[in-house]
Amino acid sequence: MKFNLKIWRQKDANAQGKLVDYKIDNVSEDMSLLEMMDVLNDQLVRKGEEPVAFDHDCREGICGMCSMYINGRAHGPVKASTTCQLYMRNFTDGETITIEPFRAGAFPIVRDLAVTRSAFDRIIAAGGFVSVSTGQAQDANNTPIGKEEADKAMDAAACIGCGACAAACPNASAMLFVSAKVAHLSLLPQGQVERKERALAMINQMDEEGFGSCTNIGACEAECPKEISLENIARLNREYLWATVAK
Amino acid sequence: MQADISLGKRLTSSIGKKIVVALTGLFLTLFLVVHLMGNLQLLKNDGGEAFNHYSEFMGHNPLIQTISKVNFAFILGHAIWGIFLAFKNRAARPTRYAVNKPGANSRWASRNMALLGTIVFVFIAIHLVNFYFTFHYGDIPTVDYRDAHSGELFRVKDYASVVQIGFQQLWIVAFYVVAMFALAFHLSHGIQSAFQTLGANNKEVSPTLKTIGYVLAYGLCALFAIIPVIMYIQNS
Repeated sequence: MKFNLKIWRQKDANAQGKLVDYKIDNVSEDMSLLEMMDVLNDQLVRKGEEPVAFDHDCREGICGMCSMYINGRAHGPVKASTTCQLYMRNFTDGETITIEPFRAGAFPIVRDLAVTRSAFDRIIAAGGFVSVSTGQAQDANNTPIGKEEADKAMDAAACIGCGACAAACPNASAMLFVSAKVAHLSLLPQGQVERKERALAMINQMDEEGFGSCTNIGACEAECPKEISLENIARLNREYLWATVAK
Repeated sequence: MQADISLGKRLTSSIGKKIVVALTGLFLTLFLVVHLMGNLQLLKNDGGEAFNHYSEFMGHNPLIQTISKVNFAFILGHAIWGIFLAFKNRAARPTRYAVNKPGANSRWASRNMALLGTIVFVFIAIHLVNFYFTFHYGDIPTVDYRDAHSGELFRVKDYASVVQIGFQQLWIVAFYVVAMFALAFHLSHGIQSAFQTLGANNKEVSPTLKTIGYVLAYGLCALFAIIPVIMYIQNS
């Protein structure tokens, strides 16, 4: 397969970036988009040009590092998929593929397609943890948790913190991410002690980082590679409302 | 964990703001239901009698007048918070995407609430000048009705005739219909969104709430829009 690529190149956070055209040939349909980028970078290096910087790590859809905005969609056009799980067979031969970094004021560009998502770490540090000792692995059985709660908490905990929600949100809001973390911990007995403070502290941090406000558009849920549900945002809203009136 | 966040800050945070927008929005939706029930009396073939009695009552009942002031405050509050939200949200993405396909993941109405809201706000301003201020401060002709029981004549301001004259102008009718489309789209996102903001969303209730939202949004606006259209056709 061959493709026309339009890739965002930007030297550093303060430099002016622009879309640069590349052509690539002999792409296997079984390559992931990241593997296609590897081949492109190999060609660029051989020509003595700077390779395209992009984030990646596990390449099996669970680490949340890859972060591209492909043809106008976070992680590309395939539902419930990260960029590393996006295969070239999902495109048509000869297609023009535009690749941009995740864009949000709170995700500053490091270089080319790589952005800093440390804002998410600071939101977690503000309240996405429990302070009670939960013991060793075998101690987990000492705290029985109902099947339904465990399932809901597990669904929320599936969030890999990739930032696609904020990237896809027209408001650049990180609510789906924050809601997944708050829901995960507020559903479990270990998360009860700091439950009210957690919702307040994490939203406060989200606002301070410069993310937008959620207006229930739903783009986040549609683009989330882990299909985190908007129900979690409703739960976060309940947690916040309750913490506000009952604090 | 130290979360020393004041009540003021909690109410103006991103969730605090949307709770204010949701609550005022739901109140305004309730107002629309009442307003529509009153207005539908214009279509009654009674020379405007029912509507005139209703208007007289609404214009002089102290409770209604108080609620009407609250309503004005809520419209302003809803609009100001909404604009505040829209500007903050725009600023959250300083560089836009070169290629973006938001249509693949969300509804147009959901993404354009500020635009739709602005159209509705302009409509409300013109609507108030057209009717509200005329009813309250303008010169209104009077009409005499005979009481069905006692047979006595009594005199009422003929509000219905003001509406009738207004809706003889095609551009006003057209503007009202366009504005109702904007309101319908605004509510089609707004009502279900308000429930989500207040925390009501799970697999059991959400489909019902969504249906209620759509039925109210499109039903209310269709009935509102049909009033000037019918009055225009009847009088031309």
